[in-house]
Amino acid sequence: MSPSTRDRQLLRLLTVSAGLATGLLALIVLFLVRESWPVISRVGVVRFFLDQSWHPTEQSYGLTPMFVGSLATTGGAIVIAAPLGVASAVFCRFYAPEPMARIYRWAIILLAGLPSVVLGLWGLTAVVPLITQLHPPGTSLLAGSIVLALMILPTVALTTEGALASLPPSYWNGAAALGLSREAAILFVVLPAARGSIAAGVALAAGRALGETMAVLMVSGNVVRLPSSVFDPVRTLTANIALEMAYATGDHRASLFASGLLTAALVAVLAAMATRLGGGRTHA
Amino acid sequence: MRNLAPTTNRSSFPIPRDRLVQVSVWSAAAIVAGTFAWVLADLLVQGASRIDWSFLVTAPLKAGRAGGIAPILVATVLILMVAVVTAVPIALATAALLSEFVRAGSRTERSIGLSLDVLAGLPSIVFGLFGNAFFCVWLGMGFSILSGGLTLACMTLPILIRSAETGLRMVPDEWRYGAAALGLSRATLLWQVLIPAAAPALTAGLMLGIGRAMAETAALIFTSGYVDRMPSSLLDSGRAISVHIYDLTMNVAGGDQNAYASALVLIALLISINSAALWLAGKTLKRRITTS
Repeated sequence: MSPSTRDRQLLRLLTVSAGLATGLLALIVLFLVRESWPVISRVGVVRFFLDQSWHPTEQSYGLTPMFVGSLATTGGAIVIAAPLGVASAVFCRFYAPEPMARIYRWAIILLAGLPSVVLGLWGLTAVVPLITQLHPPGTSLLAGSIVLALMILPTVALTTEGALASLPPSYWNGAAALGLSREAAILFVVLPAARGSIAAGVALAAGRALGETMAVLMVSGNVVRLPSSVFDPVRTLTANIALEMAYATGDHRASLFASGLLTAALVAVLAAMATRLGGGRTHA
Repeated sequence: MRNLAPTTNRSSFPIPRDRLVQVSVWSAAAIVAGTFAWVLADLLVQGASRIDWSFLVTAPLKAGRAGGIAPILVATVLILMVAVVTAVPIALATAALLSEFVRAGSRTERSIGLSLDVLAGLPSIVFGLFGNAFFCVWLGMGFSILSGGLTLACMTLPILIRSAETGLRMVPDEWRYGAAALGLSRATLLWQVLIPAAAPALTAGLMLGIGRAMAETAALIFTSGYVDRMPSSLLDSGRAISVHIYDLTMNVAGGDQNAYASALVLIALLISINSAALWLAGKTLKRRITTS
């Protein structure tokens, strides 16, 4: 076989593989739409938000409580994790002595690697009992937000630290030349300069939190109701899918696939936001 | 930048704002470190008491409250094997196409890249839904190790492709010129030069993919199923270790101890896989520095 024939065969093989890998996304979207089509085509998208309750076997498809549950747990997780994550990065770069910074960074990376099901287990056995003492039932929006915050904190901390590391040293030199204290330089020079990348990291983390299933499912209580306080149990879109998929049939199953599409769309929007924020702002 | 940082306030009477910033940064770090230590201590204390050799080699009893996790470990390994055997050839071929045949920044490269990025960002439960609809129902594989493994293959594909692509790109161009000067075909170049040269990086990427797949739960609950018996074929349902932890925590009263023990086993496996990946990646980097 001549080299050029072999090369043509190789290229064909590689192209087919790349086609498979690229086509997978289309296949996934196709199947999600195909499975949810019976419900979407008949009841439409609007009723998922307007129906009063979630009784998909009785033609009532209100996803609003789950939608609010997802947004609330994610929002709560961001409120906790964003300041702690940014402070962690600042700590690592500007405050901790080198050996301590190295250990701290190692702990953050290890935390990032903990499987969500393990964080859920820990949340249920360690965090939930504490919240129960404060205000029963314990499995709540607050517990979900805390566990999710723990999960996404490394994302915020590591992206922020990357952003701080990539700032040109002249920023710091200029601040020092102006006689700014270390704190003033951090507050008014370093963090504002890195705010685009930090926002991108937060958006990325929000996407992860929104798409997370197991950790929230295990600690949030999973009651289909609009929460009125942080101590109320909530059910997220993802938890709803995981809980009901096992026995759902017909329109019920189709509406679960529709909520899967909705989740994927929300996460994709956040990911696109992260890309824009990260690429759009550079430190000129 | 760090070296230039003034390590103390130049004024001997720090203003209140600076003091406040210092206190908040240190206390935030203390909260994070404290919580991490708390998680770690809970895992070690509650998990270690139940782990011994017999925990690893016996079957679960009483829905997992007693006994071990032998069939679960076997099912986990089988699921991962299916995922690796399916995903690796496709990932390697796609990566080779991206790094050797497609011009960087071309439309083909950007569209493949975009689709991989979207795929990598999809929530795992969405992969679970797809796996259930496509592998279990449409292809008729049912709740089986095969369905679960193929679902995980889809999920890890973007990571595997990206890491393999990076690994292949790190091979110095001189090696490609040398091969061209010797009149080698691109196929020979790929098999005999590029893949062996990039082997540590490729393996490191593979390890990362396996680690990600092993931590996965949501994509497996309704593809590979819940059955905790020893699987006898790939078409049997098998319970992965992460699903086992979930089930013991949520559905089995009094399963917490064994859930913690299984979690500790899972984390030990993940840490060893990640250390292997880091070590292999470091080896490639070192080799690249000495050869170029």
